[in-house]
Amino acid sequence: MSFDNAYESLVDHEDAHWAFGTGFTEALAGVDRDVPAALDPADLAQYCLMLGDDALVLSQRLAEWCSRGPELEEDVALANIALDLLGQARLLLTRAGEVEGAGRDEDALAYLRDERDFRNVHLAEIECGPFTGGDFATTMARLLVFSSWKTAQYSRLLTFADPVVAAIAAKGLKELAYHRDHAAQWVVRLGDGTPESHERMRAGIDRVWPYLDELFTAHHVELRLGVDPAAFRAEVDQVLDAVFAAAGLDRPEPVPAARVNGRAGRDGVHTEAMGYLLAELQHLHRSLPGATW
Amino acid sequence: MTARAALDVASRVRDPELPVLTLADLGVLRDVAVEDGRVLVTITPTYSGCPAVDEMGADLRRTLHDAGFGEVEVRLSLAPAWTTDWITDDGRRKLAEAGIAPPSRVGPRPVGPVPLQLVPPPSRVPCPRCGSSRTVELSRFGSTACKALRRCEDCAEPFEHIKEI
Repeated sequence: MSFDNAYESLVDHEDAHWAFGTGFTEALAGVDRDVPAALDPADLAQYCLMLGDDALVLSQRLAEWCSRGPELEEDVALANIALDLLGQARLLLTRAGEVEGAGRDEDALAYLRDERDFRNVHLAEIECGPFTGGDFATTMARLLVFSSWKTAQYSRLLTFADPVVAAIAAKGLKELAYHRDHAAQWVVRLGDGTPESHERMRAGIDRVWPYLDELFTAHHVELRLGVDPAAFRAEVDQVLDAVFAAAGLDRPEPVPAARVNGRAGRDGVHTEAMGYLLAELQHLHRSLPGATW
Repeated sequence: MTARAALDVASRVRDPELPVLTLADLGVLRDVAVEDGRVLVTITPTYSGCPAVDEMGADLRRTLHDAGFGEVEVRLSLAPAWTTDWITDDGRRKLAEAGIAPPSRVGPRPVGPVPLQLVPPPSRVPCPRCGSSRTVELSRFGSTACKALRRCEDCAEPFEHIKEI
């Protein structure tokens, strides 16, 4: 394909669409899309929202690093990781909307839900840099914990009863393991580096540690679907301990989970940072409904 | 209008980000069928967020229309997930000729937890320019989702590498 200028390709879509334009009539063609009889559709839709929101919200956070990375390679790395997560989020939200059956597509779910309807864990939404809440080390600490947890979660979803979620997990698993290893290598490099880098890496781990417990606390939807995240806590602990040992970092003491009035992201109750994040994510689409590129 | 003819046309469509390869070389083109005079093309994305999927669909539709196939539908398939093992031998040769190191073959993935990789694995990626096996990773991510950046210690040239997934 050739274009006279680089921007032409951006508008050469047969199907104009908000913010992207796959133009595919069936984004999930090729996998069996019936909801298995063993699964409650409302529970499955909720679970797809939880998984999709985790990916969407962390993708938005990582994208904040665009043009602000400590070096060009890391700028590119963070953008690539954000892109993988965005791709996973699109598929999961499409599935959530399809199972819900109320006519909401991925755009409606990403751009038109209010804060209380988002189901992501707090770890995905908190600020870890580049603006406030941390720095590159904090961002790597969060990425290590998040992607270690997700890698374990997706590896169990390979055999999940819903074939669509299983297919998305099979694809995403390879990406997440690569993200995890990338974060792990940075945690080792910084933890085992200079006194300054060690101290900042330790501070980054401390920043995200209060959000660890929530990752392994099952929501009743997860319990009913047989996907209790507590089942893989030991596996994630083992990964984190291996990284800390190589980095010369002590595993922090357990701290009480950071919650909002005792409730968590899976309940739709979020930290203060979430409103600001959604404002940036949604404002254009809400200001100019139906806008296309 | 046969499936064979449609497949021949679809097989010539090039990847928008790696134009030395066709979509068939890359293993992204999964199926071409004709149903009731309509061409059904099935492709699979390389990475979940691969932005080139859009272009691939548009290129396939345009090329098939130009070849006289009136109605074309492009479908996206997720399972089984794409692996670099699907890049054909011909595709690997074309990549190397273009200065991009092709991926090694990974084979079936073992079941169970994915082992943590704390240090980059020892290099098995030969330099596509001089053939030296003394190459190092410069960046685990590159200009597209599917590539990493490496450098040859002998000829000192940087080069891209399709990372194994």
